[in-house]
Amino acid sequence: MPSIRFRLNGAPTEVDADPDRALLDILRGQLGVIGPHFGCGSGECGACRVMVGDHAVTACDTPLWSVANKDVTTVEGLGNAKHPHPLQRALIAEQAMQCGYCVPGILISAAALLKQKAKPTEAEVRAALDRNLCRCGSQNRIVRAVLRAAHETAAP
Amino acid sequence: MTDAAPKLPVSLQVNPKLSSWVKFESDGQVMISPGKVEIGQGIVTALAQIAADELDVDFSRVRMVRTTTAGSPNEGVTSGSLSIQQSGRALRQTCAEIRHVFIAAAADRLGVETGALNVSDGTISGPGNVRTSYWELADEVSLDRDATMDAVPKPIAKRALAGHSVERLDIPDKVFAHPRFIHDVSLPGMLHGRVLRPEQARAKLLDLKEDAALKTPSLVAIVRDGNFAGVVSETENGAEAALVALRKGATWSAGDVLPDENNLAAFLKAQPVESTVIDTRTTATPARTARTLRRQYTRPYIAHASIAPSCALAQWTGERVHVWTHSQGVYLLRADLALVLKTPPENITVEHLEGAGCYGHNPADDVALDAVLLAKGASGRPVRVQWSRADEMTHAPFGAAMAIEIEADLDAKNEIVGWRHSIWSNGHAARPGRAAKPALLAGFELEDPFPRVISANPPQANGGGGDRNSIPLYDFPAWTIESHRLLTMPIRTSALRTLGGQGNAFAIESMIDEIAHLRGEDPVAFRLRHLSDERAKEVIRAAARRANWKPAAKAGSGYGVGFSRYKNTGAYCAAVAEIEGDEEIRVKKLTLAVDVGEAINPDGVINQVEGGAIQATSWVLKERVRFEGARITSNSWTDYPILRFSETPQVEVEVIQRSDIDPVGAGEAAHGPVTAAIANAVFDCLSVRVRNLPITRDSLIAAMESSP
Repeated sequence: MPSIRFRLNGAPTEVDADPDRALLDILRGQLGVIGPHFGCGSGECGACRVMVGDHAVTACDTPLWSVANKDVTTVEGLGNAKHPHPLQRALIAEQAMQCGYCVPGILISAAALLKQKAKPTEAEVRAALDRNLCRCGSQNRIVRAVLRAAHETAAP
Repeated sequence: MTDAAPKLPVSLQVNPKLSSWVKFESDGQVMISPGKVEIGQGIVTALAQIAADELDVDFSRVRMVRTTTAGSPNEGVTSGSLSIQQSGRALRQTCAEIRHVFIAAAADRLGVETGALNVSDGTISGPGNVRTSYWELADEVSLDRDATMDAVPKPIAKRALAGHSVERLDIPDKVFAHPRFIHDVSLPGMLHGRVLRPEQARAKLLDLKEDAALKTPSLVAIVRDGNFAGVVSETENGAEAALVALRKGATWSAGDVLPDENNLAAFLKAQPVESTVIDTRTTATPARTARTLRRQYTRPYIAHASIAPSCALAQWTGERVHVWTHSQGVYLLRADLALVLKTPPENITVEHLEGAGCYGHNPADDVALDAVLLAKGASGRPVRVQWSRADEMTHAPFGAAMAIEIEADLDAKNEIVGWRHSIWSNGHAARPGRAAKPALLAGFELEDPFPRVISANPPQANGGGGDRNSIPLYDFPAWTIESHRLLTMPIRTSALRTLGGQGNAFAIESMIDEIAHLRGEDPVAFRLRHLSDERAKEVIRAAARRANWKPAAKAGSGYGVGFSRYKNTGAYCAAVAEIEGDEEIRVKKLTLAVDVGEAINPDGVINQVEGGAIQATSWVLKERVRFEGARITSNSWTDYPILRFSETPQVEVEVIQRSDIDPVGAGEAAHGPVTAAIANAVFDCLSVRVRNLPITRDSLIAAMESSP
């Protein structure tokens, strides 16, 4: 079995697995990283989104080989309770979820957006999140949270 | 007391022991055990607020215990927007009694009158700096006593937490990806299971060649019992591969042909039915009918379509089995598992873990039985089973399709003098744990199968099913409301948010709007004139005020209003929709007002109403379960699209806080009013009445062609 190396949330990581397997399966299975969630398995709902480099991708249809030597960031890599990412802080401040199952993928899409554009407009936030589905109807709160994070992060 | 003793809240009648709800831990914490579960609605936080308030302990000391049949109070099912009403009232009373009992014990110990004692953050103190605490007294005060109604909960003015927007307890875990969802739980030695289900409705498994699946790596077992078949593997990837191989080896019978998806009303009306008169009202002085408007409304089958596929874990130890589930009712699921397994319920422990958003009877219970059956092949190791997206979209029970006919008798001035409302629909409830036969999917598939359950309707006294919200709140002089429940069920249906409430509110409020328009009367004024309930009038006025009803007409825009009181006994809600329409409809803004009585957590209420409004918009504009031949074809997000971020309307919610009125739930208040408001706004914009949901380009064209 070939071994694939990449950086996972900053840490050098080596995986022995069939390189055609889905990144999500590797993350949640042998690596035990449960932030990215399985929702559909066909890249349609966005619950499994991770960043590869600076781009948000759906891990359920991203083959392992394609992340060789790249940086993979999951929601765990954004921040933690002690050192939260501004988006994580903002989601709490806006109470921006109901069930929260879609949230890890949405945080990644939003983080990728903010890397590209520090102060997006509301329409840009909605466009960036358009491939993430939320079934509980928390879209507006999430958009507010992303705008809040952008506002709080951008230098005055 | 001269009055009759007040009645215990319903959940306390069933679970009167104070100790089943509350326990003081030696580390200064207090464990609260509700029988209702978190399904993404924030209930656990609201219940914690109530408990902390009544006990006078700091919110941070409260630990909410996950519901389990191994000790939680049995509160049936978490559904129907009843958790605040049932669990909330029970906890408020329990905690008030516990506080009362502890104050009496403290008075004994400290030699002080009870009236001189105060409780602050669990410390009980009195004059001369004497003090003790719940935790000091916990060993000598037994809570193994029944609730008595001897203590009275605090007056509103003394509640520090209830009525305030406290941050939800579960949200930090969810943004930091701490394992909280059942999907993220890993047990030592855990295996993975997958179930093979047919693509054609109710197809029988005629032959199953297992050789290819047996050769897949990491396979532990293939489990088969009649039409039920599944695989167990050391890894999730292995289970998926084994399932693919097993599917190739399966030969199925032709499935049952499904109804014509494009003519649901004809199908519903042609089936054998059980007919019930839900309500009649007559007048001693009937007015002359000058004309009768007869209209038919339909809504399609609607999918739960939760973002997560359903998941469960099970582990056998000898004759006993432990189940982890995101079911809405752990005791009810246990009852059905016991029926299927033919074992006493005591042999089964069912424990709740959070799933993704739950909007009714989804496959949570079905997958729990799947896990139990597959775990039989796992030699005592735990097995985690997760459904596929396609199975989640096709094998789950759906919200039932409805055909609703309204006849309104109008006098010469187009005032309503008579009203007939008839509903054709499958039943809206086939939940587990309620009958002598189990209602779990795999139970219908076994070699020795249980009969498929035909959905029933809860009685009107419990809010009704297909007939929910069919009795108008308007003061019409005469009416007959009839429900025709189908006795066949080619497409599996059960409880989905609001049951029949969304369809009935859509029909009533559309007809009202049409009659107001016929009269040239403002639809808000028309509604207010026909209502006598002040709370109903106030939510309509509040929504109208906030939406600046009615903004001046703009080409390509329209405004509509809708109202209902959920179940006619729950939350009042009015909605104003602003839409843009041409060939397609875009909902720009929804303005709602809601009255749930005492809003325990106002932001929680807003969140639920906002979420309900957005979900309803999705139902109205996009959603419809599709089928062709014997196959449900809407098995992916492409084929069953839901509302996206860029399509989501702005939503404003005004909460009318009534702290002196017992609280009711908020989760299902918005769907009916929003559905009607959008449909009425479409008429305002395009002069087309769409009476068949969803409102799409196709249904708009059809409505233009057939419009009376």
